[in-house]
Amino acid sequence: MQLTGAQALIKSLEQEGVDTIFGLPGGAILPVYDPILDSSIRHILVRHEQGAGHMAEGYALATGKAGVAMVTSGPGATNIVTPIGNAHMDSTPLVVITGQVATAAIGSDAFQECDITGITMGITKHNFLIQSAHEIPRVVAAAFYLATTGRPGPVLIDLPKDISQSTMEWWYPESIEELDLPGYHPEVEIDERAVARAVELISQSERPVLYVGGGTLKSRAHKELLAFAERTKMPVVTTLMARGAFPDSHDQHLGMPGMHGMYSAVTAIQKSDLLISLGARFDDRVTGQISSFAANAKVIHVDIDKAEINKVRHADVSLQTNVALALGALDGASASPQNLDVWWKEIRTWQERYPLVYDEPTDEGPLRPQHVIEAIASRAAPGTIVTAGVGQHQMWASQFWRFEEPGTWVNSGGAGTMGFGVPAAIGAKVGRPDRTVWCIDGDGCFQMTAQELVTARSEGIPIKVAILNNAYLGMVRQWQEMFYEERYSEVYLSADLPDYVKWAEAMGCVGLRAHNLKEMHEVIEKANEINDVPVVIDFRTDSSEKVFPMVASGASNDDIIVHPLLRGGAR
Amino acid sequence: MTPEPFLGATDHTPVRHHILSVLVENKAGVLARIAGLFARRGFNIYSLAVAPAEGNARFSRVTIVVDAESAPLEQIVGQLDKLVNVVAIKDLAPRDALERELLLATLSVDNANRGEVLDVTANTGASIVDVNATSVTVMLAGTPTACDRLERALESFADVELQRTGRVALPRLG
Repeated sequence: MQLTGAQALIKSLEQEGVDTIFGLPGGAILPVYDPILDSSIRHILVRHEQGAGHMAEGYALATGKAGVAMVTSGPGATNIVTPIGNAHMDSTPLVVITGQVATAAIGSDAFQECDITGITMGITKHNFLIQSAHEIPRVVAAAFYLATTGRPGPVLIDLPKDISQSTMEWWYPESIEELDLPGYHPEVEIDERAVARAVELISQSERPVLYVGGGTLKSRAHKELLAFAERTKMPVVTTLMARGAFPDSHDQHLGMPGMHGMYSAVTAIQKSDLLISLGARFDDRVTGQISSFAANAKVIHVDIDKAEINKVRHADVSLQTNVALALGALDGASASPQNLDVWWKEIRTWQERYPLVYDEPTDEGPLRPQHVIEAIASRAAPGTIVTAGVGQHQMWASQFWRFEEPGTWVNSGGAGTMGFGVPAAIGAKVGRPDRTVWCIDGDGCFQMTAQELVTARSEGIPIKVAILNNAYLGMVRQWQEMFYEERYSEVYLSADLPDYVKWAEAMGCVGLRAHNLKEMHEVIEKANEINDVPVVIDFRTDSSEKVFPMVASGASNDDIIVHPLLRGGAR
Repeated sequence: MTPEPFLGATDHTPVRHHILSVLVENKAGVLARIAGLFARRGFNIYSLAVAPAEGNARFSRVTIVVDAESAPLEQIVGQLDKLVNVVAIKDLAPRDALERELLLATLSVDNANRGEVLDVTANTGASIVDVNATSVTVMLAGTPTACDRLERALESFADVELQRTGRVALPRLG
């Protein structure tokens, strides 16, 4: 069967089980947009290529499958660089297809030419510049294999226009050997000797903590985690990338560690004698000052990526494998710590003394952002997916929403990409249409990618967006207040400009606004009743609210700053 | 303007270097991937030599001398290994490695210094590979230390154009 390169690309995507492409056409990718008309794959036409990338990420994080985005060459390709970088930081499986100028024009500064494989070399797991139509099936199959196995990540395929127009005899690789990846070996084996050493360390431990990172979700190890944690009675912390890996309602769950983590989670790590890191990478936002991080703890580091082991923190025992296999092996060896009653007693004291708190909301407003999140959560269907942008609202969403299952928290962790929330929500809703999807957003973030609500409306993707509108770039404002003597520099945005309600309406969405408690409850109820079009709510929140607890940048986790309401006791 | 000497004036061997013998797929951009990785992670390369491996068109061997003080070797190897086009990495500690390097140098000669050039060549084990009325080109294939010695010996000559290949290495036998 003779196919054009363009047809072969689409057919290859079908072979990989792709059901959705997020994209935007242009000159160099134009040939590929013709066979899309004849394909079962749904194409979602975005309004900006960054939106396509974040939608594909939202799709991937909510479903566990690779997200797919397709854009044209030059500016189309550079516009999707941010999502690629974001996916790279968060190990999100992504396959991004970019059009490229014709092979003969490469290197000539042709119209809309850019060296996108060069640009993305450092922010992809791998990338390909296709050399012939014949290799399209192999490259597509390899891209999905690379993106979804081992430590997942983004893979880019650059497709020159002449190749998508040329013809090939259709074939498709039937085995991994045909992918021509002699340097890629994601298979992992359990090192029984390391398991034995881990069991030994665990057996000596009186103050262990399970430090659960995004790799736990990526390896779908939540069931193994629950079983291991319940059998061993160890306390669990879930990083920003792992929210949902362990139920927030579970009484062994201390919550999120790190810069804005729960006091008990941060302190339990600091005082631990054994940290069992499960697919976490000792990010600076978790460790604070590295020299004083869990200074008396031995470390068992489980990571599929060998390069993460000993990168930041020396591992006393390392298991280079996926989290599910590692937990299975530890369970198989009946790894058990000492009696943890004393440890738990101590942890319970911290939990009681330093719970998450915020100032009492007043009837007339402004609203407390934490209260808004709790109010939305309390009326949200179980299994609701939450996305966020980056900043204060993201931290509050992670702190105050209760995540009970994997794939319900979709956010930008390592890269901290403002504007992630709205397009990620759209992608998540496309991937999980059965779920309610709320985007908890900030006013600053919303302005960066809000145009994708046009996409959402026109494609019939009814997400709900809660803008916690404090009229500021809130997190930067918080730092300027705390660390720059309240010298506010370029952080004021205005609560009224733009008019978010009118803007939402102009994009075909329902726009709502709440200034006070009564309105807050009304608009949440109204938003929950709307299931056919996107809803945007402008919640007017208090500009002076800050995220607590907080560990100042570079400070020791021992010097965690709790909410003012909790100060006055010990620390 | 005088450029900074590459590694200090006389010593070309980093304090704590390691040799990585890296088998890579012979594909477009592989060298850029390796160089880019070293640059963005702040690893230092002292020298780098690339050639097809064992006469095989599919693979090349890249011999990289790395500064093991710029980053832990384990981290350098771990990150390098993640490059999909990298097939295998052999880490050779200097004492376990047979290292060789090639040095070419062209010198101006006249009747006054011709004898001196011949002496240096003979004393360092180099050979003369090209000659004309005003210049000679000498070559030395030897250990990096031997190349260092020749390079130092040539410092007293004017108008020296000198090129070293960077070292290649294989494990010592036995």
